Amino acid sequence: MASAEEHRQLTETEIARLVAGLRRILATDSLLVAQEDLVPYECDGLTAYRQLPLLVALPRTEEQVVAILKLCHELRVPVVARGAGTGLSGGATPVKHGVVLSLAKFMRILDIDPVARTARVQPGVRNLAISEAAAPHGLYYAPDPSSQIACSIGGNIAENAGGVHCLKYGLTVHNVLRVRVALIDGTVVEIGSEGLDSPGYDLLALMIGSEGMLGIVLEATVKLTPKPQLAQVVMASFDDVIKAGNAVADIIAAGIIPAGLEMMDKPATRAVEDYVHAGYDLSAEAILLAESDGTPEEVAEEIAAMCAVLEKSGATDIRVSRDEAERLKFWAGRKAAFPAVGRITPDYLCMDGTIPRKHLAHVLTRIAELAGEYKLRCANVFHAGDGNLHPLIMFDANIEGEVERATAFGGRILELSVEVGGTITGEHGVGIEKVGQMCAQFSKEELAAFHGVKAAFDEHTLLNPGKAVPTPRRCSEYRLTGTAKG
Amino acid sequence: MSERTEEFRERVLAAAVEKTPLRIRGGGTKDFYGNAPAGELLDTTGHAGIVAYEPTELVVTVRAGTPLAELEAALAEQGQMLAFEPPHFSPLPLWERGRGRGGDGGAAGEGIGAAPPLPQPLPHEGGGEFRATVGGCVAAGLSGPRRATAGAVRDFVLGVKLLDGKGEVLNFGGQVMKNVAGYDVSRLMTGALGTLGLLLEVSLKVLPKPHAEATLLLELPQDKAIEAMNRWGGQPLPLSATCWSDGLLTVRLSGARAAVVAARAKIGGEEVADAEGFWRAVREQQDDFFSGAAALWRLSLPSKTAPLALPGGQRVEWGGALRWLKSDMPAAAVREAAAQAGGHATLFRGGDKSAGAFQPLPAPLMQIHQNLKRNFDPQGLFNPGRLYAEF
Ligand SMILES: Cc1cc2nc3c(=O)[nH]c(=O)nc-3n(C[C@H](O)[C@H](O)[C@H](O)COP(=O)(O)OP(=O)(O)OC[C@H]3O[C@@H](n4cnc5c(N)ncnc54)[C@H](O)[C@@H]3O)c2cc1C
Repeated sequence: MASAEEHRQLTETEIARLVAGLRRILATDSLLVAQEDLVPYECDGLTAYRQLPLLVALPRTEEQVVAILKLCHELRVPVVARGAGTGLSGGATPVKHGVVLSLAKFMRILDIDPVARTARVQPGVRNLAISEAAAPHGLYYAPDPSSQIACSIGGNIAENAGGVHCLKYGLTVHNVLRVRVALIDGTVVEIGSEGLDSPGYDLLALMIGSEGMLGIVLEATVKLTPKPQLAQVVMASFDDVIKAGNAVADIIAAGIIPAGLEMMDKPATRAVEDYVHAGYDLSAEAILLAESDGTPEEVAEEIAAMCAVLEKSGATDIRVSRDEAERLKFWAGRKAAFPAVGRITPDYLCMDGTIPRKHLAHVLTRIAELAGEYKLRCANVFHAGDGNLHPLIMFDANIEGEVERATAFGGRILELSVEVGGTITGEHGVGIEKVGQMCAQFSKEELAAFHGVKAAFDEHTLLNPGKAVPTPRRCSEYRLTGTAKG
Repeated sequence: MSERTEEFRERVLAAAVEKTPLRIRGGGTKDFYGNAPAGELLDTTGHAGIVAYEPTELVVTVRAGTPLAELEAALAEQGQMLAFEPPHFSPLPLWERGRGRGGDGGAAGEGIGAAPPLPQPLPHEGGGEFRATVGGCVAAGLSGPRRATAGAVRDFVLGVKLLDGKGEVLNFGGQVMKNVAGYDVSRLMTGALGTLGLLLEVSLKVLPKPHAEATLLLELPQDKAIEAMNRWGGQPLPLSATCWSDGLLTVRLSGARAAVVAARAKIGGEEVADAEGFWRAVREQQDDFFSGAAALWRLSLPSKTAPLALPGGQRVEWGGALRWLKSDMPAAAVREAAAQAGGHATLFRGGDKSAGAFQPLPAPLMQIHQNLKRNFDPQGLFNPGRLYAEF
């Protein structure tokens, strides 16, 4: 990948100094150098890209992180932060001549404050663990990526992760109040506050979604939300994906913001049903899941209103979850969509474009055409409420040429998202995967501004180099093959 | 590029050559806010109009000079709103009347219930009326009563079109709800007081207006009110605003009819008749609390912070997270108290701004601010010193 090549190779002496320095900072078992120990770190959830790092550091304390950063800064060694490694864009893919800084040992929930409704946590804490710890107080952490049993809050912050309830409850950026961050030179700063704002520029917004390129999150304070008394979900079947898409607009036009609003097409429903037996309608071309939460009276009112809209929009079947077990079953299918597709294909690529919903019909039609063109299957899972589309491109890496075809197909979908006024990534990040398509979405001046933001925090481009923002050279290469801007 | 954008661009390029800073102004309703504005006036009000609005996409894109009131009216027609409820400060806040050029100064000290007199229409330096603009609203980053539950301006900014200090037109974010391509520069612009560039267009997420609302009034001392706000905040209640002032706690509920009815029974208190007027006055700082000569401080604190043991009138909003303090205490003492509580203090109006309007930043953060400023505005053309004297 461009990143590794663009970064300077270390001399033997420099490597020796680095290893000696790290040994002084870390216990023996916290520094991995042997090739067999490095292999588990060679990729994240984007397994099509693999790269062994120089070494992996697994610090336990903030002081160790600071000391590691200082050393790497002094020796000009790249540092790639890693949470749980569930990222889907190669954000945590190592850099050949760099250190992987794993935050996996930062697993402590430091404080749950039921009065202020906040949780103070270390970056390696799993997303779901926060909600579990808050549950006794009737609170939970709202953003719920489907990977929530595994992914870390540090990774969520770095990607601005979303979930199926984000239309109503917001993304990570809306639910994090404060982070403590170590800058590349080891300086520790507090960004945001336990109040609702802080003086000066909104650096918190810059940190969230910055893909580990501006600083290392050492600690975070997140907002906790009161658990609604009741939640119920409507599952509606449609004989046409376009009708399902229009139904989404109709619900919103009726003044309803459902707690969750998700859509799956037939290939996705099929894969899921075989896997989790959620009771999905296999004859439907698309199904919609629309959730309502609140007081029992409120839920009854909203569910009735949504059913009326869905019926008018042409749903062929409407089912309302009868109890909590059934609600969870309906969602289990949606949440298991990626692994379910993973079962029916050796490999898959998950795309993440966001589009203005009104272009859904056009985009889905084009995706189907492209699938034909590239001779690959594709299932679509859609955060319908906020326009975030996850086409899952199925392929077999062992078949000559399929990786390339899948990657090219994915690239076309991303460009299509940009063409209709959307974006190449809604929640998974650019990482290594979409760095080329950034040239389609942004002009050279805009990309230069991004590099300037990066330099404001990390002058020598040591944190996660080569990710997210392409160099001008990368864009000229991309331009030769793709459709770049300006 | 539109003619107007081209005009702005030429202004910026000329300013760069002449090395004359520019003072960006929309409606000019927030001139009081931040440090004193400096530079040649660059008026955005001509750059107005809604570019795109699709209610079912929940997104609106507007030119920065569009009057906030015009945008809000267009949204209301579709049953939607800006959920962060931004203050317009026009008509001018009570404390602005009688200051400057031509207010009558008569409002201070009038009894509760007396309708405050309308402000004298003030001549705008650039001509026209005092009208808050969308650009000013985003640049100032000020949110209203619904902020604690619905979110702040920054939470609803989806994208911006910006003219930077090199005269380049840049687009960040977009017109979609979720977008993580590149750093979140759109949100960075929110609250930057125009120091990073001239906003040309902004895309905002909009929301449907609540189906039902009710406003309740309870008699409670400040400590009990703060406790109650935090307790209710931890329950699944449709709270949409809270305000404690002078022994009275006012609570607004918004949402589905059934939810509002159930919550009203739970919270108790008296129903407020002119609820809309009440919250407008709070938002626009037009009620009696804001009269008087003392400096007005805005303290942003963790919501459960106990009442501040500071001399001067206090008002509590945002579930406890926003405290207004009218006090002539030394700035350093107010700031120290805010920092002790885990927050920060802004000298919102009046007082001695020689130590800056905003809480000073720790050195490493100031360095990052200066680096960012240099990135977007290398020659320091836009609103120098408005946020911090250092840039
Ligand atoms: C089955 C499956 C389902 C998924 N569903 C969703 C979904 O619904 N919504 C969604 O948004 N995502 C989803 N994802 C993607 C992924 O889970 C998220 O991006 C998640 O936020 C990554 O967290 P992580 O801890 O695994 O981070 P990693 O993959 O380890 O790292 C991700 C990025 O964060 C950086 N990073 C990690 N920790 C830190 C830190 N402490 N400080 C600074 N930078 C750091 C890394 O450098 C990297 O750039 C899914 C993934 C899978 C495999």
